Amino acid sequence: MFELVGIRHRYGAITAVEVPEWRAATGDAWLLAGQSGSGKSTLLHILAGLTKPTVGSVIIGDTDIAALSESARDRWRGRNVGLVPQRLHLVGALDVRDNLRLARSLAGHPVDEAHISALLEAVGVIELARRFPSQLSHGQAQRVAIARAVVNRPVLVLADEPTANLDDFHVARALEMLRVQAIEAGATLVVASHDARVRSLLPNLFTLPASNVAAPAASVGVQ
Amino acid sequence: MSLFRLAWAYARRRPLSTLLVVIMLALGVATVALTMLITRELEARLTRDAAGIDLVVGAKGSPLQIVLAGVYHADVPPGNIPLAAIETLRRNPLIAQVIPLALGDSFRGFRIVGTEPELVTHYGGVLEKGELWSLPLDAVLGSEVARTLQLRIGDRFVGSHGLAEGGGQHADARYSVTGVLAPTGTVLDRLVLTSLASVWTVHGHEHDADAVARREVTLALVKYRTPLAAVSLPRAIDKETELVAASPAFETARLLTVFGAGVDLIRAFAWLLIVASTLMLFVALAQTLDERRYDLAIMRALGASRGQVATVLLTESLVLAAAGTALGLVVAHVAAAATGWWLPQAGPLSAAARHFVPEEWAVVAMALAAGILAALWPAWRAYRLDVAATLAEG
Repeated sequence: MFELVGIRHRYGAITAVEVPEWRAATGDAWLLAGQSGSGKSTLLHILAGLTKPTVGSVIIGDTDIAALSESARDRWRGRNVGLVPQRLHLVGALDVRDNLRLARSLAGHPVDEAHISALLEAVGVIELARRFPSQLSHGQAQRVAIARAVVNRPVLVLADEPTANLDDFHVARALEMLRVQAIEAGATLVVASHDARVRSLLPNLFTLPASNVAAPAASVGVQ
Repeated sequence: MSLFRLAWAYARRRPLSTLLVVIMLALGVATVALTMLITRELEARLTRDAAGIDLVVGAKGSPLQIVLAGVYHADVPPGNIPLAAIETLRRNPLIAQVIPLALGDSFRGFRIVGTEPELVTHYGGVLEKGELWSLPLDAVLGSEVARTLQLRIGDRFVGSHGLAEGGGQHADARYSVTGVLAPTGTVLDRLVLTSLASVWTVHGHEHDADAVARREVTLALVKYRTPLAAVSLPRAIDKETELVAASPAFETARLLTVFGAGVDLIRAFAWLLIVASTLMLFVALAQTLDERRYDLAIMRALGASRGQVATVLLTESLVLAAAGTALGLVVAHVAAAATGWWLPQAGPLSAAARHFVPEEWAVVAMALAAGILAALWPAWRAYRLDVAATLAEG
């Protein structure tokens, strides 16, 4: 489904992340593990096409997104990637439903009200559809962010530290919801997290080495 | 989810600053547009009233006063001129037509003008009801006079001395209305017309031969037979007679120049308002940019290009500028219409309310340009936003 080969990304003289090889199949659910500062976010942004790696190829589906122009990557990202950022970043000026509508529009899709309603129903926030983000709890906002991530039926769903502010019970629920929604959308899931509680909840594991400088090859494993 | 909805959603998030920007811009636009409407209508009216009158001849006095009294009926005349002077003018081969005016009385603020039927013809007046004057003390009313005072044919009234209300009444001389004119859109609508003989009767000059010989009129409206007359005739009248010749075109232009300086000053203040509201719009956008950059980053993550997120800010600014401009134009036209109720004298100015003058497009263009200008720097920052770094923040 995706294939990272010979990835290295530098900020100036510092190598932020280095990945010789990482392959994933459609429908996989990956944990991208590693200590803080190991480059998880950077790698996630590379997968999302938000950051272009200094070297290496990022083939997602049939597309080498590292070779696309910036505007082509923007278009590609809107249609193919669903991102759940750590801070969620719902648009505060818009209510829940409008946040999903915005995601449809920015991807260049027509607004599909029935699909949006079904999604809000599925993540359990349909009764909050007219609320604004400031009126939601963190858990509710996260469900909205998950719905937004899959509203365009992406091939890749990326979540950055989704369990950072959750208790044990909600960690399992959040991961379950991400997995179910990714499967519903037919997408591959990658969850970047340093949270040990997530380990047992995702079948595939990719660990970045702790040091971000000239590290040995990252280890790939399946639990 | 259109850009307009998004812009509106953000504008609604800070209602006070949005309202302030829109209202300030609207005030500026309204003031500029109103000065344009009034100037244009005033010019049109002054030109219409003076159309076809090449020269106004009166007693020694200022030319502006003579034009104001004779053409616009807005000032007292300097004095009277002998009727014989009219005959002399009529014999001049350079002159096509002379229309004498005898002023001095009024009725409830409307001037009574003793004249000849040519005055009605000159302004394109047509009788709506009744007939022109034939006997002394017959009166024909301009349309506005008849409408305002609710006078009908056969009604009788007494004129008062002087051109303003409150002068002594000529109680022994009662006018009777014989006709009402249709509206012409000129000064004629606001006049009470009668024969020269009526004015002489009211002022008691009819009783002896001596008085008849000293008959006077106040002013004469003169039309040239040839444009060449403009070269020599005014100077000849000023030099060779006790009279003053004034050109309505020249005096009107002078009047508008004086008026225009005042208008320019008002307009400069209004532009200042527009500049100030542009600055406020800029500050409002720039201030929210710090929190907005997360929204902009997530929009980029959702597939928006650099250009699109910059357009979001430009659109928001343009929507506010357009709202202010539209509100301003509405206010200007309503205010122009309202002058008709506040100031009956300015009544016809309210006609301006119904027209959209071409200069208003310039105001619209400037206000929208201000909207773009205010958003340029914020839009540039949105364009340059580092999405990955912004999302990783916090």
